[in-house]
Amino acid sequence: MASSMRVRALLKGDVTAITAIVSHPMETGMRKDGGKVIPAHFIQVLTVDVDGKRVVTSHLNTAVSSNPVFNFKVKGAKVGDKAVVSWVDNLGEKGSGEAVVAAG
Amino acid sequence: MKAKLMMGGVLALASTCLFAAGSESVVAARLKTDFHTKGIAKVERLDQDPVQILCSTPDLDSVPQAQQFALEKQQRAEIKYPADGKYLGDWKKGEILAQDGRGNTWSDTPETPIGGNCYNCHRISPQEISFGTIGPSLYQYGKKKGYTEARQKEAYGRIYNSKAFNLCAPMPRFGHVGALTEAQIKDLVALLLDPESPVNK
Amino acid sequence: MKGRLLISAAVVSLGMAGMAWSQGNSATAEIEKYREMLGDGNPAELFEMDGEALWATARGPKNASLQKCDLGLGAGVVKGAYAQMPRYFADSDKVEDLESRLMTCMVKLQGFDRAELSKKPFGTANYKSDMEALVAYVVGQSRGMPMAVPTAHPKEKAAFELGKQIFFYRAGPYDFSCATCHAMTDARIRMQDLPDLTSPAGSQRAYTSWPAYRVSQSLFRSFQWRLNDCFRQQRFPEPTYASESTIALTSYLATMANGATYQGPGIKR
Repeated sequence: MASSMRVRALLKGDVTAITAIVSHPMETGMRKDGGKVIPAHFIQVLTVDVDGKRVVTSHLNTAVSSNPVFNFKVKGAKVGDKAVVSWVDNLGEKGSGEAVVAAG
Repeated sequence: MKAKLMMGGVLALASTCLFAAGSESVVAARLKTDFHTKGIAKVERLDQDPVQILCSTPDLDSVPQAQQFALEKQQRAEIKYPADGKYLGDWKKGEILAQDGRGNTWSDTPETPIGGNCYNCHRISPQEISFGTIGPSLYQYGKKKGYTEARQKEAYGRIYNSKAFNLCAPMPRFGHVGALTEAQIKDLVALLLDPESPVNK
Repeated sequence: MKGRLLISAAVVSLGMAGMAWSQGNSATAEIEKYREMLGDGNPAELFEMDGEALWATARGPKNASLQKCDLGLGAGVVKGAYAQMPRYFADSDKVEDLESRLMTCMVKLQGFDRAELSKKPFGTANYKSDMEALVAYVVGQSRGMPMAVPTAHPKEKAAFELGKQIFFYRAGPYDFSCATCHAMTDARIRMQDLPDLTSPAGSQRAYTSWPAYRVSQSLFRSFQWRLNDCFRQQRFPEPTYASESTIALTSYLATMANGATYQGPGIKR
């Protein structure tokens, strides 16, 4: 497993495309390894803040793949704004990554 | 003039064969050094029989046809047809076998049932849309070719050893190498040539 | 202010959804759509980040980083190096592919043992492969560069020729060679398209999309892994990691792809 997260934010016209690639197993709790159930382990809430303001709150479940890729389109951001993507999973683990909005 | 032609022939031979001392080619010797046995896949699998040697030529058109025909004939002579003279088994079992692509890899065990691998390369029953296109479509095989005993015997022979009919065909020699049994091949013949098989509906 | 931030959000799940297939053509179209969706973002980037960090980290008995590793374009030059590999290296007097060369550097600069490095080069769900992370980083630095594998040195020529012979070598219980599946145009095995690796177009398209992230395995896969799993399906015995045969085969395939733009790391189902 990779151990990290990558965030990109590119402004084109008046729309900023924010991409977040998150390293996470997204275990459903349904899979087995040698007869033993692998415990559920998945991101429950993922948020995006631009320039300190919450612009996305998404509630996720086990129907999302491991190492998921998220694409959001946001209006109103400007070059130089900070985009922060954060997540919390069902085990209480947290992660976040950030990018400065760049001209795309 | 004649001498020149002969020399050309010798040169061509030398450049295509690349044989080292003895009868083993340079590439075969290299592969046997660089590959190792894993599980059921023994390193001896790299040993080639005459058919495999000839069919490893990158430019098959450069191989004299007479050589190919001679080997085909030899392969045909080695086909073991059913002693009871019956070729049609159970098409339902044939369909299951045709779907199965497992067996014979190093991640399989000696107990892994060996599948027919048929859908990997052929369209067969119309219900199965996940089929490969390396081989010809076999849909409506019996309907188009007829249900005669001669057809059944031919189909049996082609599954047993495709190389006996088309020397460098991509298709494995399922009976010849013992991957499929006589009963299994009969089931596959039935899948193609039983009028009740979905293939012929 | 908040009200002015209009948001449209699309959450891309990489899980293969159940698809309603009525016929072969629409199935192919659906698979094409799925591939497009995968192109939106590639988790291979996570492995590239890990590899980049690993490249610069002092490790091994000699406690050194790989920053002085020569991948063919000079010590420490990573940019564009993969698009010109495999190639002949004077110091080892061998043609090396990326993975062999990384091991050569890890032995020489960091003091690792080559045999030890070759033991577990491929990652699993429970085992993270340093080699695959390094590969991800290095190949990512050739994205967008033209493939220009050198062919002038006699040993490069010999590797290409040996690789070609291996490509056509039929053996094993099913008489398979690489060419059995990869020497015809527009063929597929089940629903999987098979590139024709004997044609420049097919070879360019296939070679430049590897190494790649495999969605079905949640892992990044190197080119040595790609060859290893091909040989498994070919019913061959296992090729030894970064052996002369595998490097030669890579030389053949990479040279056939010359002229194309390197697109990797790719993303596969």
